[in-house]
Amino acid sequence: MSPNAQAGLGQPPVTGQSSATAIVRTSGLFVLLALVALPWADFAISTSDPWQILGRMGWGLLTPDFSRPGDILVALANTLAFALQGVILGVAGGFVLSLGYTLAPVRAFAAFIRGIHELFWALLFIQLVGLSPLAGVLALAIPYAGTFAKIYGELYEEVDPASAQALPAGAGFLSRFFYTCLPQALRPMRIYTSYRLECGIRASAVLGFIGLPTLGFHLETALRQGMYSEAAALFYALVVVIATLRFWLKGVLLPLYAAAALFWLPPVATLDWAVLVRFFTEDVVPQPWRSLGADADFWQSLEVLGPWLQRLWTQQVAHGLVNTLVLAILALIATSVVTLLWFPLISPLFGGRLRRAGGHLFLVWMRCAPEYLLAFAGLLLWGPSMLPAMVALALHNGAIIAHLVGRYSAGIGLRDDAATGINRYFYEVLPRIYRPFMAFTLYRFEILMRETALLGMIGVPTLGFYIDSAFSEFRFDRAMVLLLITAMLNLLVDALARHLRRRLHLSSQPESL
Amino acid sequence: MSVAALFELQQGSLAYGGERVLRDIDLRVMPGEKIALLGPSGAGKTTLLRQLRHQQAAKVAWCPQQPGLVPMLSVFHNIYMGQLDAWPWWRNLANLAWPLPGPRAQIRALATELGLGDKLFTSVDRLSGGQQSRVSLGRALYQHRPVFMGDEPVSALDESQADQLLGLVLARHETAVVALHDVALALRHCTRIVGLQGGELVLDCASERLSEQALLAFYAH
Repeated sequence: MSPNAQAGLGQPPVTGQSSATAIVRTSGLFVLLALVALPWADFAISTSDPWQILGRMGWGLLTPDFSRPGDILVALANTLAFALQGVILGVAGGFVLSLGYTLAPVRAFAAFIRGIHELFWALLFIQLVGLSPLAGVLALAIPYAGTFAKIYGELYEEVDPASAQALPAGAGFLSRFFYTCLPQALRPMRIYTSYRLECGIRASAVLGFIGLPTLGFHLETALRQGMYSEAAALFYALVVVIATLRFWLKGVLLPLYAAAALFWLPPVATLDWAVLVRFFTEDVVPQPWRSLGADADFWQSLEVLGPWLQRLWTQQVAHGLVNTLVLAILALIATSVVTLLWFPLISPLFGGRLRRAGGHLFLVWMRCAPEYLLAFAGLLLWGPSMLPAMVALALHNGAIIAHLVGRYSAGIGLRDDAATGINRYFYEVLPRIYRPFMAFTLYRFEILMRETALLGMIGVPTLGFYIDSAFSEFRFDRAMVLLLITAMLNLLVDALARHLRRRLHLSSQPESL
Repeated sequence: MSVAALFELQQGSLAYGGERVLRDIDLRVMPGEKIALLGPSGAGKTTLLRQLRHQQAAKVAWCPQQPGLVPMLSVFHNIYMGQLDAWPWWRNLANLAWPLPGPRAQIRALATELGLGDKLFTSVDRLSGGQQSRVSLGRALYQHRPVFMGDEPVSALDESQADQLLGLVLARHETAVVALHDVALALRHCTRIVGLQGGELVLDCASERLSEQALLAFYAH
């Protein structure tokens, strides 16, 4: 909507205009992009009776089956052990990287390792070190280190430099950092880190879908076999753990948890050196190079690589890229719609205490469910198409942003005679929350993009689909190229979102996203 | 002869968190009266106004001290918001997306009277404080209600503008209760002066029986 519609009405330009113009135009551009993408989207429903399946899933959610508590507890312990070890290792790595975050190569490296989704890292490490605890821990730790480096690095930049300037000139970099920068950034760092642990628990659960012994492993089995009551019990276990996080996750207890995690699931693997060596010297070498003689010069090797890359591009990359972008932009719009529909559920401007409590409960549920799990359920419901992927992304991310927007709206003071209901929503509240809403959504875009690529693993031919196929066909050379392209795409989207946030003067604070 | 009072407080008291803001106020507002509320800040003027408004909220065009405008919406939309309750939501929505011709003509005329004719589609966060309080007055005027209640509605304006706009607003409403701090302005425009101090009613008098000196002396206490 344009609060500044005079431009189209043939009136003389007025001095000064609406502060909303830029942001409204950008939103319009995104909607336009989504409309352009729509014809490419595949929303076909291929299951015969989705309503019946939905009914059975709903019934399962109402009748969770806790008859095998042992299995659930073991899977839960595994999930937590992977998450704790992975995130702690990620924090350590990210912290070291963040010290050099002002250097462009460090920033690029951090961006690259977080540009590859943890599930792809898991696929890679499973090839290298087998289906072992080490594979799961590393798969979480590496991309998380990249994320922590970025968040910590950006938080240091926000710190008031006055205290550092007040130090004696001879103070070294590290003393300066530990005495002035770190203490000031520590609080937001802790908040963000604990939020990331929540993400880590979800991610750890999802690692089960590719074979690691976490909740996802049992969830996939139960869902595939249509045992929705058992699946519901596993899901509830995950929800309870995540929803109660702030009660049991205490700084002082962390060493204890870490020790327990190490004891429960030592991050070891039986390394097969022959496999490792073969992987790096043969498997990942582009296929045309393998038959090349050792005496081939640089130009020759380029010459043979060209057609191979071109074939890969036309057969997989182009298609995968288009689908990834189409799905990402549609998911972004769907997420926005869900956000704008749901934030009133928890906003004090729209409901009483009871209704808000219900809203909070609902949003917590929705955000506890990992996208991958929602998409998998959608896949059973509608068959493989973009529909389950888009719905899953929209529900999960919409719930998270709705939570943030709802919380923001609590700070808005309205006049005594302010309108109510729909009038209040559109005139009083929407214009006021639109800017933070846009900031949160653009911040989330990068995450949406990573997940979009990933959801290929449930059958939508995005880049993730081809990466998954390459791994299962043991074509690691292809997998590497596709992974590189995925990482590049994520870097681009990240840069674009940052550019838009700056241009629209939106806050770049990470909040708890 | 007896005319029913529009608003009435008998022994009206109000306490917030144990602290009494208003005590034993007896006040009747008759139709046609233009009442100025005077008193030092913290005297309870705002609280009294809100109490009165709640008695007949539907009849009152309200102009609070904090205008509560929506910063990123235009002057047009902020004034239009005075009539949100008068129209179905879908019409309001259409008007938000694309200003409708009817309201546009009316609000343009109103904005011109308020000296905002060239700012109709400027978002109010790009306006000065004085311009914003004119938008707030515009919203009250656009409500077309019989009673105006304003809490320092012209205090952000310079003297001559305050004089002119207060005159305009009072002329457009049958009855008005306005908190003011400018004694001369109150005497010139209002028919009755009500003075508050420490939550108590200390003065209630027709303005023709008061002089500026007497009122300033009252303030000095």
